[in-house]
Amino acid sequence: MTDSITVENLSKRYEIGALRKETQLREQLVSLLRKPFRRRAPKEILWALRDVSFSVQPGEVVGIIGRNGAGKSTLLKVLSKITYPTSGRVRARGRIASLLEVGTGFHEELTGRENIYLNGSILGMKKREVDEKLERIVEFSGVERFIDTPIKRYSSGMRMRLGFAVAAHLEPDVLIVDEVLAVGDAAFQKKCLSAMQELQGGGRTVLFVSHNMAAVENLCTRALWIANGQVRMDGSTHEIIEAYMNSFTSAGDASSELTVVDGRRGSGEVRYTRVELLTAGRELQTITRSGKGVVVRMHYHANEPIERPCFGLKIMTDMGTLVTDASTWLHGIDIPLVPAGDGYVDLEIDFLNLLPGRYYLTIWIDSVLSHKIYDALENAMHIDIEEAPVYNSSRRIDSRYGLVYFPQRWNLEGIDRSAAAEVAPVRRTAP
Amino acid sequence: MGEWLSEVWRTREILFFLAWRDIKVRYKQAALGVLWAVIQPLGTMVVFAFFFGQVAKIPSDGVPYRLFSYCGLLLWTYFSVTLGQVGNSLIANSTLITKIYFPRVLLPAAAAVAGLLDLLVGSAFLVLLMIHYHVVPGWTILLTPLFVAETVLLVMGLGMLLAALNVRYRDVKYTIPFAVQIGLFVTPIIYPMSFFSGRLQSWLALNPMAGIVEGFRACLLGTPINWSLVACSWAVTLVLLFVGSLHFRSTERVFADIV
Repeated sequence: MTDSITVENLSKRYEIGALRKETQLREQLVSLLRKPFRRRAPKEILWALRDVSFSVQPGEVVGIIGRNGAGKSTLLKVLSKITYPTSGRVRARGRIASLLEVGTGFHEELTGRENIYLNGSILGMKKREVDEKLERIVEFSGVERFIDTPIKRYSSGMRMRLGFAVAAHLEPDVLIVDEVLAVGDAAFQKKCLSAMQELQGGGRTVLFVSHNMAAVENLCTRALWIANGQVRMDGSTHEIIEAYMNSFTSAGDASSELTVVDGRRGSGEVRYTRVELLTAGRELQTITRSGKGVVVRMHYHANEPIERPCFGLKIMTDMGTLVTDASTWLHGIDIPLVPAGDGYVDLEIDFLNLLPGRYYLTIWIDSVLSHKIYDALENAMHIDIEEAPVYNSSRRIDSRYGLVYFPQRWNLEGIDRSAAAEVAPVRRTAP
Repeated sequence: MGEWLSEVWRTREILFFLAWRDIKVRYKQAALGVLWAVIQPLGTMVVFAFFFGQVAKIPSDGVPYRLFSYCGLLLWTYFSVTLGQVGNSLIANSTLITKIYFPRVLLPAAAAVAGLLDLLVGSAFLVLLMIHYHVVPGWTILLTPLFVAETVLLVMGLGMLLAALNVRYRDVKYTIPFAVQIGLFVTPIIYPMSFFSGRLQSWLALNPMAGIVEGFRACLLGTPINWSLVACSWAVTLVLLFVGSLHFRSTERVFADIV
């Protein structure tokens, strides 16, 4: 066996409902007394993983992608031995470190230094190892000044830094990482990514779950796409990401029917039925251009009156980077009640200053009153934005120059113009 | 089982760090700090000595009542406080269980080990008390660590069983303090075993803490040791340890799914 990790026919079943019902002994006793001869109602069964097989070579860096609820996290949990598979098996060689959370086991009352020891030990380091690496860990974390302060006084960012600093010094043979880079500021994310790149150079095997396609593309040589608890595709990173992103929108796209879309979350009292991309004049359009006015019309169907809902959408790049988050709540709009039945909301954008490219919309309806989510669809539709000379610059402004181009003015009054007279005017063509 | 034990041995450092965390955190921001380990049994002893020793005139096998009851309370306090912590160790550390793998038994074990510091501090006060009453122990004092070890094993056996049940049935959390309270009265702490008739004594002997407390006290103070009581207590302790670890082992795979 030369594989670093071998996964054979792995399945994991959860019994939904079992969780709630059995936690009180009394309820079990009561139901036993009431209906002593009745068999218990069959439980709802969910296959979080179903017949997953793959193997990873030593030194491979594998990105695991897929929608929320596809089974990525369950897979990582089974691989890290936190939970056990219902059937199938995992064989792994060498020291495995899993990082499903940054700073696992941190205790509020302990100081940064004490937490380094605690966390390091839980993650599998020996005390001697931590002793040797302490200085480097502290330096990497950038919280030297507060290292003897209880971490309850730390900001969440400082905690992240400290946690990642420990993790970056683990030196395992196999590293399993779950979406931990999604948090933290940009500078620190960059530092973490380069630390992971060093791991890659060191011949370590890394399994990496992320929604940030750019990070997956940069770090991983291979990607696994997990959908509905199964391996949908396995291959080179670029190919898999392309297939994955394309899967979101197969229909005509100017208007997406949303009655059957998998990977949908929410309790369902109200659901989106259709999303349309309209021009400012309320006409359907497939492609829009930079700088145009657009209207995103979101149709919904409510099964019952909904009190104080919030409609929202996120615009993401094809690499999964969030461009903007817009919602009625965020914009200070109060919707007291949505009656049962069909209806729609329009998001009007007067000047769409996105640079050319493909963007994805994630839409949701949730409750302002509680944390309840009625409906949520990742990447419900995409918008293709074409180049347009709308910024009156006569220059080609495309995706090389970022994601957005701000409406802007340049004021040159601060430059002494008198000297300009002595310079010949710029000629575009040779004399 | 062998593989399991060797894995536990390999990861023993985690046990010490978890125990160290528990100890550090326990007395943080407490002005009296570790003195609380003495105050608890001492306070109880003073109350007991007044009501049971002076007012009710319960005999104490010829030993000063204060010393008599403090001996019992020392081990009892460790047992009762630690059992509660061991029983809750899994649910109290649920964030660890759902995020990282290590042998789960380290959590109850760390709680049992962390409690030993309090016992040690409480013992120092016991020595002072013995000097005060001019008690000179005999060679049998060398046997006292055996009773301490038995208490730890008992706490682990019962604790593993309760901790594993606690993951599924939170009722356990409410049962432990209640059961411990009753336990105090069926353990010879307030009274000596000799206070009761033979038949009642054999019922009391089923409580493993009875043999521990009587044996510990006899070894320390040089009174005669009731060997059959001690043997009975060890037997019950080992059975509980076996049952507890068996149940723990058979359920630990689902802890992360249901905790």
